[in-house]
Amino acid sequence: MSPDALVVTGMSAIAPNGVGLEEYWAATLAGTSGIGALQRFDAGSYPVRLAGEADRFVASDHVPTRLITRTDRMTHLALAAAEWALADAGVDTQRLGEYDAAVVTANSSGGYEFGQREMQALWSQGPRSVGAYQSIAWFYAASTGQISIRHKFRGPCGVIASEQAGGIDAAAQAMRTVRAGTRLAVTGGTDASLSPWGFVSQLATGRLSERPDPRRAYVPFDTEACGYVPGEGGAMLVVESAAAASARGARRIYGQLRGSATTFDPRPGSGRPPALRRAIESALADAGVRASDIDVVFADGMGVPEYDAAEAAALTDVFGRHGVPVTVPKTMTGRLYAGGAALDVVTALLSVRDGVIPPSVSITRPVPDYGLDLVIGRPVRRTVRNALVVARGYGGFNAALVVGENT
Amino acid sequence: MTMSGITRQDLRRILEGPGSEADAAVWEAAGTLDTPFSDLGFDSLALLEMAVRIEQEYTVAVPEEAVENLATPRAVLDFVNRRLAEA
Repeated sequence: MSPDALVVTGMSAIAPNGVGLEEYWAATLAGTSGIGALQRFDAGSYPVRLAGEADRFVASDHVPTRLITRTDRMTHLALAAAEWALADAGVDTQRLGEYDAAVVTANSSGGYEFGQREMQALWSQGPRSVGAYQSIAWFYAASTGQISIRHKFRGPCGVIASEQAGGIDAAAQAMRTVRAGTRLAVTGGTDASLSPWGFVSQLATGRLSERPDPRRAYVPFDTEACGYVPGEGGAMLVVESAAAASARGARRIYGQLRGSATTFDPRPGSGRPPALRRAIESALADAGVRASDIDVVFADGMGVPEYDAAEAAALTDVFGRHGVPVTVPKTMTGRLYAGGAALDVVTALLSVRDGVIPPSVSITRPVPDYGLDLVIGRPVRRTVRNALVVARGYGGFNAALVVGENT
Repeated sequence: MTMSGITRQDLRRILEGPGSEADAAVWEAAGTLDTPFSDLGFDSLALLEMAVRIEQEYTVAVPEEAVENLATPRAVLDFVNRRLAEA
């Protein structure tokens, strides 16, 4: 084991199809979808009426009352997920120095549900009715800040807002932070903008699926792909150097974060190709692995035909046609924005741990021209030494991360 | 108009928010009223929000400058009840 390797020693997941790491993983392997009719509010007049709601996550069961009223649901999810990941890692936070631990999360939508409540107060009762906590609860960095305060982690903290690519970008920043000497980093991401205002903002992208059948609404790489279903949730990970994990006698190591890369697409109409392929190749290079070393790809799977075609082209350029198993477990959760790639990284590490590739669901007619070897319907037993996670964020963000077994 | 004063449980409700009954015992405990807000886990935003809520519910102005000097729950209760008595 290389002492400089970056290892994941604790993880958590909060997803529409499972709350808690093992519950989520069992549901994912069973192909259980969490996508259904949106219940949070009456969406009857909206063109999109499906969502992946993590409705079995009840904040009052996991977050102190005082914090619930002062933070958005995205932060409730983040606080619980961070606490679970730290507990999973068996980290005694009391024994960490004040500046030994960092928090780097991804966030993409901000605290929409909280913000909507305050906006309604503003319009109906006037500016004095807007709570002081709106000033920080809406903010992208709110979850990082609250986790930092709660656990007294005052190392180099930060937030990255690159939509669905954020979970990988945050992990990459956590990797840099630990390499630079911070003892431990909590990283991941959550989003929860399934309020009317949040929903309307998402609709504006034109990428959401308006198909009402929950089993056919989000079918990336399918001939009937028609957009994606939005969801809420996310995941957190505890990252340390192998040497530090070993020194404190960490009880388990899920695997390594081997290498990553981030690229940005050229402006639309420039005629230059999208930069996803370069992100994948650069991540492989950063990890020091070849394409043939990758045992499975967790694809971004936007579900929008143009973007599915672009991702398939990037993957076949790097791996060849039908060159590697590709899976999209987020077909069971919807796209979780900042939580999406974080959850995929956790899922990929579970895949490494258990030697099994979780399935994609709902896809029934893969586009033959894409040349992808999609894992559909049932998990596939396979030793997974290295897994590639790919993510794209609205506006041109591309990110790729290689995770692998601890060697 | 006679206005009843503000009690420690009113202040608890204002500071802790709805669903905070679990914290009631803390607020009944001896010493809590004289414990600095910072030690009770309330930051400056919580105190600003408290000032606005008190103003809305009791029509007693609690200016921002005053908030800085009201370091404990007792200081707030005394400040508000004194203003109410004067009104």
